[in-house]
Amino acid sequence: MNTQFWIVQAFNGVSYGALLFLVGSGLSLIFGVMRIVNLSHGAYFLWGGYIALSVISASTSWALSLPVAALAVALIGMAMERIFLRPLGSEPLRQVLLTVGFAFLFQQGALDIWGGNNMDINPPSYLTESIVVGGIYLPLYRVFMIGMAAAIGIVLWLIMEKTRMGAAVRATVDDAQMARGVGIDTNLISMFIFALGAFLAALGGVIGGAFLGIYPGLDFEMLPLAFAVVIIGGMGSLGGAAIGALAVGLADNFGKALFPEVSYFTLYAPMVLILAVKPTGLFGRE
Amino acid sequence: MASQQRKIAIVTAILAAFAYIVPYSGSFVVLLATRAMTFAILAMSVDLLLGYTGLSSMGQAAYFGVGAYLTAVLATKFHVGLGWDFWLVVPLGILVGAALAALFGLFAIRAGGVYFLMITLALGQCVWGLAYRWNSLTGGDNGINMTGRPSFGLDLGNEVTFFYLVLAFLAGSMLMMYVLVRSPFGQSLAGIRERELRMQILGYNTWLHKYIIFVIAGGFGGLAGVLWAHTNGHVSPETVVLTTSVDSLLMVVLGGAGTLVGATIGTGIVFGLREYLSTLVPWWQYVLGAVYVLTILYLPMGLMGIPSRLRQRFASQGKKEGAKKLATKPS
Repeated sequence: MNTQFWIVQAFNGVSYGALLFLVGSGLSLIFGVMRIVNLSHGAYFLWGGYIALSVISASTSWALSLPVAALAVALIGMAMERIFLRPLGSEPLRQVLLTVGFAFLFQQGALDIWGGNNMDINPPSYLTESIVVGGIYLPLYRVFMIGMAAAIGIVLWLIMEKTRMGAAVRATVDDAQMARGVGIDTNLISMFIFALGAFLAALGGVIGGAFLGIYPGLDFEMLPLAFAVVIIGGMGSLGGAAIGALAVGLADNFGKALFPEVSYFTLYAPMVLILAVKPTGLFGRE
Repeated sequence: MASQQRKIAIVTAILAAFAYIVPYSGSFVVLLATRAMTFAILAMSVDLLLGYTGLSSMGQAAYFGVGAYLTAVLATKFHVGLGWDFWLVVPLGILVGAALAALFGLFAIRAGGVYFLMITLALGQCVWGLAYRWNSLTGGDNGINMTGRPSFGLDLGNEVTFFYLVLAFLAGSMLMMYVLVRSPFGQSLAGIRERELRMQILGYNTWLHKYIIFVIAGGFGGLAGVLWAHTNGHVSPETVVLTTSVDSLLMVVLGGAGTLVGATIGTGIVFGLREYLSTLVPWWQYVLGAVYVLTILYLPMGLMGIPSRLRQRFASQGKKEGAKKLATKPS
């Protein structure tokens, strides 16, 4: 275990964290604005990957598959929120179970449409090379993942902090009733945020599909990881999601490399401790 | 009280009819019923938390899992629990489930509402992670194959004999839980479900009440796990996966939370759909998903809530007609 081992593992951890940020930030925003624990978030990730595969096989363009898959899933998410979740009211358990019901429906749908084989998304060849920094080979694709997540994080942060829309979202997170009182259309905000969350998850599916593969069951594998991100970082907090994603990415990578037998335990046990001490997460607001 | 006695009589009659009919219905149905009844014990333990205390646990598979893994590891590595000592493994499984719940409860009970849901999810994932990765003990992804069922004068390898044993466990668990929720302790749980703050003001230690029922539910989960290992003949991380917890929760909601019987009915329906329908049509999972979605949208009280809803509807119609008559009467 020399320095190189630590650097490579840390790099892998950070790039995995970048992927987790895409999935976790959407989940976090949805919870923050609507108080909905969305268990179909993993399905959005999976469907993003599958739709991208279809787009690639139809148009042979990987770059095109990113926006198409993300927008398509965003539309699905928007429809789900508008038609099913909104009339349901605000009882957490019923919302959770409804999203689970949809997760099962999405799962079966994906199986019927795309089959049960493990598939790979192949990124264009200029992204599959490696760059050498100080004698260490870094796959360019992982560098791209980190760059992509950073860019999206910055854009999201700018929207949330600098625009009128972002201010309305933050007001809704803090106190939805009060926000309605001052004339903010919280229904519109909810729909927008739900679509945005689905968009981000699907984007994660396209990007992550290149090194995780796309296969049935991936949805319920990603879901607990996304929850770990949200719980550690604090629900409804964008910065928290970034920190949480980094922490989970690193913990997952080092856990698997150093103590493989208890690696998932080392991931979820800190999550339990954080929840027990501060239920709103490290950066969440009361 | 009379209506309670009638309900008990109905449930007993149905269970007796079940015990009489199922063994004549072919080995497929016997096995299906055995699996469903095992899982129903887990679903009822979820109902103790959800229906009677208002705690929605997303990690009940953890206790189910430790019970199942305990049984499998003891049987395959130490050859314990395959003879008369099966009767030692059963209480041991209950104890391990309860002990794990006693540990997890320390973390989980503090949190309320949606945070309780999240923390039990995380705790369940801890157990899943260990089952999935701790190869030397759990066999990792492949899990553990059991070598056969216990035999102690009674040969549980016989499907019908085993069916009767599991039925006895189901009936016993249901009776114990029924007595528990009808006790003063159970009544105070209902008080916590309705309004925790008021119970605190009345001087109840609500944390302790919730903790105790959490541990008891863990014990029943462990029992279900022990039986599941022998029913299934195979224990793998699938047993403790998040969807197992979610399934048990959905079964309770489908049948009707806070009724115990509803949890059993919900389990029966889901297992029936999943294992019978799947042999008939490839799109069975759509049916299952649709059943869940429709239940949540239109039947918040579950199937057990249908009679009271119908009664309410007829009663309100009657009232309306009565009101009309009054209105049309010349004054």
